[in-house]
Amino acid sequence: MDYFLTEEQRLLQEIAYEIVKERIRPVRAELDEKEEFPWAIMRDLAQSDLFGIWIPKEYGGLGMGILENCLVVEQLARGCIGIATTFAASGLGAYPIVLFGSDELKRKYLPPIARGEKLAAFALTEPGAGSDVSAIRTRAVRVGDEYILNGTKQWITNGGEADIYSVFAITDPSKGPRGASCFVVEKGDPGFFFGKKEKKLGIRTSATRELVFNDCRIPRSRLIGKEGLGFIIAMKTFDKSRPGIGALGVGLAQEALDISVEYARKRIQFGKPIISFQVIQHKIADMAMKIEAARALIYSAARYLDTKADAPDASKIAAMCKVFASDVAVQVALEAVQVLGGYGYMRDYPVEKLLRDSKILQIYEGTNEIQRNIIGQELNKEYGRIKESFIR
Amino acid sequence: MDFELTEEQRMMRDMVYKWALKELAPIQEKVDEEDWFPPDFFKKCAEIGILGITIDEKYGGLGSDVLTQTLVVEQMSRFAPGLAMTYAAHSNLCVHNIHRNANEYLKEKYLPPMVRGEKIGALALTEPNAGSDAMSIRTRAVKKGDKYILNGTKIFITNGPVADVFLVYAKTQPELGAKGISAFIVEKDFPGFSVSRKIRKCGMRGSPTGELVFDNCEVPAENLVGQENMGVHVMTSGLDVERIVLAGGSVGMAEQALEYAVNYAVEREQFGQPIANFQMIQQKLADMYARTEAARLLVYRAADLAQKSPRGGKGTELTKMAAAAVLFASETATWVCNQAVQIHGGYGYCLEFPVQNLWRDAKLYEIGAGTNEIRRIIVARELTREAFARKAQR
Repeated sequence: MDYFLTEEQRLLQEIAYEIVKERIRPVRAELDEKEEFPWAIMRDLAQSDLFGIWIPKEYGGLGMGILENCLVVEQLARGCIGIATTFAASGLGAYPIVLFGSDELKRKYLPPIARGEKLAAFALTEPGAGSDVSAIRTRAVRVGDEYILNGTKQWITNGGEADIYSVFAITDPSKGPRGASCFVVEKGDPGFFFGKKEKKLGIRTSATRELVFNDCRIPRSRLIGKEGLGFIIAMKTFDKSRPGIGALGVGLAQEALDISVEYARKRIQFGKPIISFQVIQHKIADMAMKIEAARALIYSAARYLDTKADAPDASKIAAMCKVFASDVAVQVALEAVQVLGGYGYMRDYPVEKLLRDSKILQIYEGTNEIQRNIIGQELNKEYGRIKESFIR
Repeated sequence: MDFELTEEQRMMRDMVYKWALKELAPIQEKVDEEDWFPPDFFKKCAEIGILGITIDEKYGGLGSDVLTQTLVVEQMSRFAPGLAMTYAAHSNLCVHNIHRNANEYLKEKYLPPMVRGEKIGALALTEPNAGSDAMSIRTRAVKKGDKYILNGTKIFITNGPVADVFLVYAKTQPELGAKGISAFIVEKDFPGFSVSRKIRKCGMRGSPTGELVFDNCEVPAENLVGQENMGVHVMTSGLDVERIVLAGGSVGMAEQALEYAVNYAVEREQFGQPIANFQMIQQKLADMYARTEAARLLVYRAADLAQKSPRGGKGTELTKMAAAAVLFASETATWVCNQAVQIHGGYGYCLEFPVQNLWRDAKLYEIGAGTNEIRRIIVARELTREAFARKAQR
């Protein structure tokens, strides 16, 4: 289907897909098996200027929006969402600086991120603060011209590999959620350490580590925005990034469908290609419908959010993209394994990895349960403002 | 209708549960991570006397029933689903089928060492081009003097890389299609037999899966199981029982995933309270329980029917119920384990937590022993059989 993308947007898709074909598909199984970080591919993406997508032009980026990011990560996800997640997580880490950082922070950190010379990471989750992000305990205390950070962050994507971290910490415990702030911490800052690399069900090429702050001292100028803005920064960032998680789901599901249809056309049982059987036709039909619906939602949501910067329903729309497309990704990946049967379950074929990978989309960047909370609560508020009655 | 397990069944269930918790649960992470088959696994199984559940006492077995066998697979699957599958492939797919179908000579020769765990068994049906379409197997068996000469390739064979004794299906008269299939016992040391590779899988790791090659493999004529060209009866009857026994594995995985999820939901606090207090988690747990118990009842009922049925295969109530049982139980297990991962959130995605392992493992039973697509076709075929017959008479 034609989504009436601009020439420039189509070019971005082509560049990303070229990398998928030439560089990602040939190595994805090996990177997964060895749990090896995809540095070589990060360099390819850097050479193609893709890291600069949503960084403003004056800081060395392409100055594009959510839609362009979605288009690129969707393509990368056809290759491997472990790699696409590594790429997207750098954008996620940079976004608090893009949105709220001072000119000084932007000038210092955004150009190397845009050039792909340095990776960024986003550090919010803690062992006791997953879905309940307001329960974070990492403290930042101001002493003179410095902040001193203490605490532990968990499951940080690009942890240990990235050079630049957006870290959320409590500056004023008496204010609850309004007492959180966001800081830039650099790899190598005194008192900043990395824990072990987590072993995961899927996206095994992406690095997930614990961050430990033990009297970590950073200059006062590393505060992003103002004290107390932490959760606003986090939420505004998620409004921008969550459609991208949906796009990862669409790309992964598309790959699963592509493999399923190709296999079903070639695989002969009962004397015919299995695609000639209704049970297979209906499976691939459902897969294709769900994928197209998810893609349509994400593209239109992304266009809307790019056009209307202060959209009042941004959180709801972003959450819808994330939940719908990630649920589709898991359903489609499960069916792809089923279409390929015994071959689907074996590591020689790529679909079992798609299944293992897909599950993370329902968990990270806010579990789908939390997204549904957001959607439900926003609906409650919206309808509270409507005077008209629909029940006669 | 009696829903109570017998004293013997309860004792066996509880004994295997405790044994699996003590012996298998601690090694499962290594089994999964390294795709490691513990070399002493069958010796341990023999020590607790579970390798001949449905086998007559005169061959060293317990002379017990299909439901007891199913309970053993269920309990073992809670902590080590891959090893439980390997156990089932030995005790049910191979040993049970030989017991049911082979002559006295073969039974006396092969059953006792397998029941003692000295020899490992496997069943070899699937081929690269014959998966769901099982009748289209191409492995040939040609009789030459007092031997059959086998040629062909078998794929996805559970226990292939470690087994000593294989129950192999091959075509003795290809022009007769399904009616030209025969079953043979092949030993790994027979000339012309080899395992070409071990296959790596998404889940059920630790259960060795192999590709077998028969290259002018010489099998003594006396190793024919049942009559020549009657192999399809061995196959379909065996598949009915196999499906029920493996469905027990699905029930075990679902049961254990639910237990992990309940414990986690009570322990894990977010928003100042255990997440089990939230309705969203409560709804998930309730559905997980309801579906698991429904699957359990259907599987036990099918196991009971298998014990009482003289035969299975086309046209029997058993074949319909067995297909329905494994279909429902396997989809339930995948769904329940997926929910359990979701309840565990980020922890559920990390390899230290066993729920992701259960989810990967559970998916296999939607595919192995006839895919769910084929099982639905079987159920529908049996459901419509009588109505079609009546219509034809009108």
